[in-house]
Amino acid sequence: MALLDVEDLSVTFARRGQRTVRAVDGVSFSVDAGEVVGLVGESGCGKSVTSLAIMGLLPRQKGVHIGGKASFDGTDLLQLDARSMRDVRGRDVAMIFQDPLSSLNPVVPLGIQVTEVLQRHRGMKGEAAAKEAAALLDRVGIPDPRRRLKEFPHQLSGGMRQRALIAMAVACRPRLLIADEPTTALDVTIQAQILELLKELVRESGTALVMITHDLGVVAGMCDTINVLYAGRVIETARRRPLFAEPHHPYTVGLLGSVPRLDAGRGERLTPIPGSVRDVLPWPDGCAFAPRCHRRVDACVGEPPELVLTHTGHSYRCVNPVTGPVAPARAQEEQA
Amino acid sequence: MSGVATPGRKKAEKIDRLAELSAAHDDERGVSLWQEAFRRLRRNPAAITGAAILMLFVLVAVFGPFLVPYATTDTIGVREGLVKSGQGIIPGSSADHWLGFDHQGRDEFSRLVVGARQTLLVGVVSTLVGLAVGALIGGIAGAAAGIGGRWGRWIDTTLMRIVDMLLALPSLLLAVSIAALLGASLVTVMIAVGMISVPVFARLLRGSMIAQAGSDYVLAATALGVRKSKIALTHIVPNSLAPVIVQATLTLATAIIEAAALSFLGLGNPDSAVPEWGVMLADAQPYLGTRPALAIYPAVAIIITALGFTLLGEAMREALDPKLRK
Repeated sequence: MALLDVEDLSVTFARRGQRTVRAVDGVSFSVDAGEVVGLVGESGCGKSVTSLAIMGLLPRQKGVHIGGKASFDGTDLLQLDARSMRDVRGRDVAMIFQDPLSSLNPVVPLGIQVTEVLQRHRGMKGEAAAKEAAALLDRVGIPDPRRRLKEFPHQLSGGMRQRALIAMAVACRPRLLIADEPTTALDVTIQAQILELLKELVRESGTALVMITHDLGVVAGMCDTINVLYAGRVIETARRRPLFAEPHHPYTVGLLGSVPRLDAGRGERLTPIPGSVRDVLPWPDGCAFAPRCHRRVDACVGEPPELVLTHTGHSYRCVNPVTGPVAPARAQEEQA
Repeated sequence: MSGVATPGRKKAEKIDRLAELSAAHDDERGVSLWQEAFRRLRRNPAAITGAAILMLFVLVAVFGPFLVPYATTDTIGVREGLVKSGQGIIPGSSADHWLGFDHQGRDEFSRLVVGARQTLLVGVVSTLVGLAVGALIGGIAGAAAGIGGRWGRWIDTTLMRIVDMLLALPSLLLAVSIAALLGASLVTVMIAVGMISVPVFARLLRGSMIAQAGSDYVLAATALGVRKSKIALTHIVPNSLAPVIVQATLTLATAIIEAAALSFLGLGNPDSAVPEWGVMLADAQPYLGTRPALAIYPAVAIIITALGFTLLGEAMREALDPKLRK
């Protein structure tokens, strides 16, 4: 059994006087121990809400409905009460957020923020906690950790702040780490360093990592398995190589086609996917991507496409899939 | 929220907006926010003027009683036969008595200087009383509303409705009622004046805390399993204090005026040996026609002191307001 098994997760936000929003609409994926799994999709496809739902960080209030299951090592995280969930968070499951500056408290020295976790889950205090905090900062590659512990977040560079947040997240050696666009707010060279650090931590500790991103480059460099999300549902799942070599869902093909490539010709332009995420068909009425899809056929509308599983373990949700190896450049011709 | 436009409700909304406004900037700079604010303060002439007035005021309040030429209870003017208040003879400035005598023949200058201490004491203590009670109520309400879940919202609503009731009463009327209820004494004045500012501090801290509760670092701390009480105390409260501190400075100004008003109405310190600006003002009333200066001196002292606090407070607010930042 996988370490994390998300089954038919759905999240809806209902507000009085407004249309109910189905942010996540039946997401299923699983993560094995030590595996790096990517959740990929454009803004608004439900990546972040999925992670917040698994972490139990969505507000528990009227109007927010969470359905489905998220079994972590046999226990359904969605059924845990608030108190037990607080014990799980930070100890067994941790999360890294997008913006390292706003994720750190501006008026509290870094040291206090790091030791807070150690104190909470490992019962460490005083000098022992300070020592461990320094060791953690050292482990994530922050030089002169003792001095840094006394500093405030604004005195650190962007990359260092993200390193500090990673240090806090891995402080209790969680078995699952969820990284929600951990490099989006950083510049490219720092991005590479942070990704390298995450890879290293995963390799060393055997932590499972869920990478949430819209950046296919990040996915290509890190993930073992990739789930492509669209309109709150996983539309294609595959190991890294088959996904890039032989994508089946037109949306995945479109995503790959919109990535700039070094080997592309000088005058070649990127191929955008027409329309926007707002042009969505509700899943029960057919394929949500149909309004934007160039391979649309009559069968796309009427009922949601079934999940098709190929013999290689590659699965997709499409009635008119792209077949055969498709290089992104070819996808372009096909669309023309 | 209902749309009933009671004065209390309107005031409450104004304070909430203020809290949101001053809370908005905190995501970027922590300590440097204060350093930056201090730099801006030093460049603001109003702030310098306010600070200079307050410095002088504090020095007078602390050291004045040791330096004054005459004892405040010494009816020296009557002894020397210079003052005959029954006949309306109260001499003005002279080389020996810079501001002349009061109606009982005491040296006006000495009483004015010694009175500063009383004013500072009442102002500071009553503001602290208001701050403590207000911050306690606002802190509980803010934490409950921000991260307290369903029960929290209930607690918040209950506390805030009580605060709204206080806010709906005219401040001086409230102070007079409290003072009258507890009997005239120095402590009474401090409590009464302090109570006036409770709703302001409570609303301000609550609003600011709710704004902070939605911030990324609170979410990040929650994601690490940090306990709610710890999140409230080490994360939310320190980030919510800036507007409260500014408000405290402004409240000192009103507290001094309110305290003087209570003394003027005879609800202040009954010990007439201790000079107090409000009492001096009241004592001068019968002689307004013959010796208006007796009323003008304490009045000017009150105004200048309140002005000092207001100038500094407003300058602090400007320095901390992101919208005015260049």
